Amino acid sequence: MGANITELDLIKYKANSKKSLLSYMWKSRALYVIALPGILYFIIFKYVPLAGSVIAFQNYNIFKGFTGSEWVGLEHFRAMFQYQDFGRILSNTILLGLYDLIFAFPAPIVLALLLNEIRLVFYKRFLQTVVYMPHFLSWVIVSGIALGILSPGTGIVNQVIKAFGFEPVYFLGENSYIRTILIGSGIWRDSGYGTIIYLAALAGINPDLYEAAEVDGAGRWKQTMAITLPSLIPTIMILFLLHIGRFLDLGFERVWVFLNALNTGNGEILDTYIYKAGLLSQQYSYTTAVGLFKSVVGLMLVFIGNILSKKTTGESLY
Amino acid sequence: MRGRYTRGQKLFNVFNLLFLTALALAMFLPFLNVIAQSLSSSDAIINGRVGLLPKDFTMINYQYVFSDHSIWRAFGVSVYITVLGTAINLIATASLAYPVSRPEFVGRKYIVMMVLFTMVFSAPLIPNFILIKNLGLMNTLWALMLPGAISAFNFFVMRSFFMQIPQELIDSSRIDGCGELRMIASMVLPVSKPVMASLGIFYAVGHWNTYMSALYYINKPTLWPLQVMLKKLFETDDISIDPASSVYSSLAHTSPEGIKMAVIIIATIPIIMIYPFLQRHFVKGMMVGSVKS
Repeated sequence: MGANITELDLIKYKANSKKSLLSYMWKSRALYVIALPGILYFIIFKYVPLAGSVIAFQNYNIFKGFTGSEWVGLEHFRAMFQYQDFGRILSNTILLGLYDLIFAFPAPIVLALLLNEIRLVFYKRFLQTVVYMPHFLSWVIVSGIALGILSPGTGIVNQVIKAFGFEPVYFLGENSYIRTILIGSGIWRDSGYGTIIYLAALAGINPDLYEAAEVDGAGRWKQTMAITLPSLIPTIMILFLLHIGRFLDLGFERVWVFLNALNTGNGEILDTYIYKAGLLSQQYSYTTAVGLFKSVVGLMLVFIGNILSKKTTGESLY
Repeated sequence: MRGRYTRGQKLFNVFNLLFLTALALAMFLPFLNVIAQSLSSSDAIINGRVGLLPKDFTMINYQYVFSDHSIWRAFGVSVYITVLGTAINLIATASLAYPVSRPEFVGRKYIVMMVLFTMVFSAPLIPNFILIKNLGLMNTLWALMLPGAISAFNFFVMRSFFMQIPQELIDSSRIDGCGELRMIASMVLPVSKPVMASLGIFYAVGHWNTYMSALYYINKPTLWPLQVMLKKLFETDDISIDPASSVYSSLAHTSPEGIKMAVIIIATIPIIMIYPFLQRHFVKGMMVGSVKS
């Protein structure tokens, strides 16, 4: 076992002295050279901006830079909570996150359970191929398709509505439909793809369990409730925790492509607001504060979710 | 295989089959409508006569799109960042993942932690924007390729793949007198074709679909990738008309809707073309990735 020898060697070297650790490292110096660009990448593109987030506590001036700008403490955070639109945008974000959790999160689970019941192998493969597909389309294209089929004048959905004698609806032209469209398009695009991981978990269930249940006289529904679903719980729990951590994170692109002047009232979320107020209106420090707020809340949600999950099911991310 | 079905179970099977078929149609029919519109006359579209099949079949929308230089240019930009960007992704990811997968690499745990942390906590938009600006990457295509050079998730997938390479293989080639670099070239890279292919395809789809970073970092219309171009097209009703184009005179027969739909199809075709390869690889890729968690 080569791995053991090298590990042992390392321990020996470490025990001996610092100098021999260095000579040990020198032997595989090529590895360090190869790794260097990757390490630099993470420092430059991930950690430098993280440090740059201090501008949330400054009145950042692009000419004076980080060192020359004036420190203002928590002023931007205070301004954030006092700004009346912020409440609306935050509640939009939370509502959409909640809807996403209630409707979009269970969709792949249900879909995987139903797909799993299909016995015609070739047809099951075919269905899978079709439902995975939309995931690989960009949000811009998804929104283009939605705009096309939902258009009040030319869209096929409104043709059907008109055929039934109702007035056409301008779905993207008002506040009342935007949330449904956002969540619905998310389910349309990603729920099929989301089944992959559940289907793999389902394939891993020991078939003996089903045979035993059948001998005991359990029908398929009972088998599903007693065997299939419980076997999925660990997978569901892990994915649920990951989802909770991204609760406020519907994704900029997904929402931005559907927003217009008529539906921002209910559709605007923190990410789109950060882009508009930050990049377009150049309120750099203020929107960095909003972004930090979002990241910190996300981090806290991961921790809380993890604690709850550990207590209730024993599953946890770390 | 589960045994005999009762009547209720048979009924369920029929409904399940019908339901899932309907769902698959719901995923697919919108495409058919988009294709139909792109091939229909403006008159048929405006009067709402286009369903799932083209009405008054015409190629005029495609002719218009193909004669528009800005769309060709955007297509070219997208191809360029997809090819070069994916190459950068694979080289960068592998060159960090490989050393970190070797047991003799002292300090690999710190690097894993450094990467993991960026998955849980990342910087807001503006500091990233300031960084790109200070690096002088604004309005260059590098801004679309460098900031995402290594995806933390893919890094972990690749690392767990490298960790599965038997140590014996590495030791034996070392005994044969191979240096580290020669060993990577002659042994590690050939065996890691599967992981390179699946991650490469993921990265490539990501580049092809790039929209957000182009919106943030690129103001020059000549450098816009296809997705930005598309979004601009959706936002307006009067599409940029190139007066030099031969289709200009026949514009009366095109329609903004038809043109938009034609561009959607053109932007989707590359994805559909690689989809068979894609499908073979992504299930595997996702499985390797989930082993870790």
